[in-house]
Amino acid sequence: MDLQAIAFYLLAAVTVISGFLVITARNPVHSVLFLIMAFFTAAGLFVMLGAEFLAMLLIVVYVGAVAVLFLFVVMMLDVDFTQLREGFARYLPIGMVVGGVLSVEMVMVAITVAANGAAGKNAAPAAPVADLPNAEAIGRVLYTDYIYFFQAAGLVLLVAMIGAIVLTLRHRPGVRRQNIGDQVARTPASGMKIVQIKSGEGLSE
Amino acid sequence: MTSTALEFWTTPLGWTLITVGQILLVVIGVLLSLAFLLLADRKIWAGVQMRKGPNVVGPFGLFQSFADFFKFVLKEIVIPSGADKVVFIAAPLISFILAFGAWAVIPFAPGWVVSNINVGVLYLFAISSLGVYGIIMGGWASNSKYPFLGSLRSAAQMVSYEVSLGFIIITVILLTGSMNLQTIVEHQAGGFWNWHAFALPTIIVMFPMMVIFFISALAETNRPPFDLPEAESELVAGYQVEYSSTPYLLFMIGEYSNIVLMCAMISLLFFGGWQAPFPTPFLEAWSPTAVSLFGFLWFAIKIVFWFFMFAMAKAIVPRYRYDQLMRLGWKVFLPTSLVAVMLIAAWRVFGPQA
Repeated sequence: MDLQAIAFYLLAAVTVISGFLVITARNPVHSVLFLIMAFFTAAGLFVMLGAEFLAMLLIVVYVGAVAVLFLFVVMMLDVDFTQLREGFARYLPIGMVVGGVLSVEMVMVAITVAANGAAGKNAAPAAPVADLPNAEAIGRVLYTDYIYFFQAAGLVLLVAMIGAIVLTLRHRPGVRRQNIGDQVARTPASGMKIVQIKSGEGLSE
Repeated sequence: MTSTALEFWTTPLGWTLITVGQILLVVIGVLLSLAFLLLADRKIWAGVQMRKGPNVVGPFGLFQSFADFFKFVLKEIVIPSGADKVVFIAAPLISFILAFGAWAVIPFAPGWVVSNINVGVLYLFAISSLGVYGIIMGGWASNSKYPFLGSLRSAAQMVSYEVSLGFIIITVILLTGSMNLQTIVEHQAGGFWNWHAFALPTIIVMFPMMVIFFISALAETNRPPFDLPEAESELVAGYQVEYSSTPYLLFMIGEYSNIVLMCAMISLLFFGGWQAPFPTPFLEAWSPTAVSLFGFLWFAIKIVFWFFMFAMAKAIVPRYRYDQLMRLGWKVFLPTSLVAVMLIAAWRVFGPQA
């Protein structure tokens, strides 16, 4: 067996196992850590497909930023495990429905791909250009054929960002904030007062 | 005989052996240089404070790091009873492995690189963004207040400063048109006036970017003046309070390896990597090995220079307050680097090279 096959089976097995452990681990922090492991090995699979640019972006964006915030939130939750167990029977039917729908969809996609090839019969996949770095190949398609979708995605993200800011930005009254500009602009003349105090009289104020 | 030996190195087994050998060479080289850089750090720190620093073990205290190493290794590993044992042990291992994994794409000299991938800069950025996990896992698994507070601080700090680091890296990628570190270094050939930090006319943007990159690198590696995750006057030692012996040593080595990695990154991105600061037409007559050694020498000098800057910053600058740190990252560095990306992109599109 050559090295590629060994690496692929190793990465694929770790991805599947850690994906399974995400939903079975009792401790939510462990779940997030397994999720990160699944992301990481998925990035490894991307590299094996020759999509190293996507792999690095997956790590930078999902593992390096999104999952950190996940972990951040989950660590600060005070989870009561017995309480979690109680709801299990109640949520089981709806969970099974959602899971069933998802698995049917995935099976259908798998069957379609097996029958028609990855891009379907009608859509012509972009011809891979030899000796072109990943990022350049993506850029050539993204900024020409799909420019409107790309811009639309950017707008969606912008709206989401503004929404997050609007939801969380509060100006509480009565909070003293540091104003660096004011501090720097302070001079000895405006910042202090020199008073001559006479002996035996003190300072009245 | 020689032909069969050559064929062996092209088989999967031979290739694996070669790669493992290269990796071992890089790891051992970095570890050995870390031992002396750590001593240099302490010596510089001591020098600024008019102390002598470590000077007992070996001549000028040169073997101090090795003595410390044996002290750490021979001590008992204490795991707190309330700790999550697996995560507790995994955290320093992750720090250590990531810190050394990043060295795989660093080109030490022309052709001297373990893995010459096309997305080298992104790989470095990705690995350094993973570094936060060692700290955050260690802080959480210790099941104690100070480590937890330290790890929360560090998570927010490292994620914040990564953003501006990423934008600064994008300016360099825009200038070079490639994410391959070898190409980035070759783009800066021909003297220090061609290095990204000093090349005219982009020096107006790139020199400030280099300074911002340096400061963000300080924050990214949790070095003073941004060492809030371990702030010994507030949090005892932050995320590593509960660590002792070898796990602590792994954290420590990982931290220093990251610092030297950042020095290497600044050298590669802004200071021309292995390029000499003057034109080198005489190199054509030299043998490839000599050329490589010549380049390696310059790269090492640049790394040591930047490490000196790191050490001086530690010795001279007082620690930032947390809100000031966040203000600097989000309100100063992020807009500045964003404007720089736009300026450099505009220069690339409308400038003389367009």
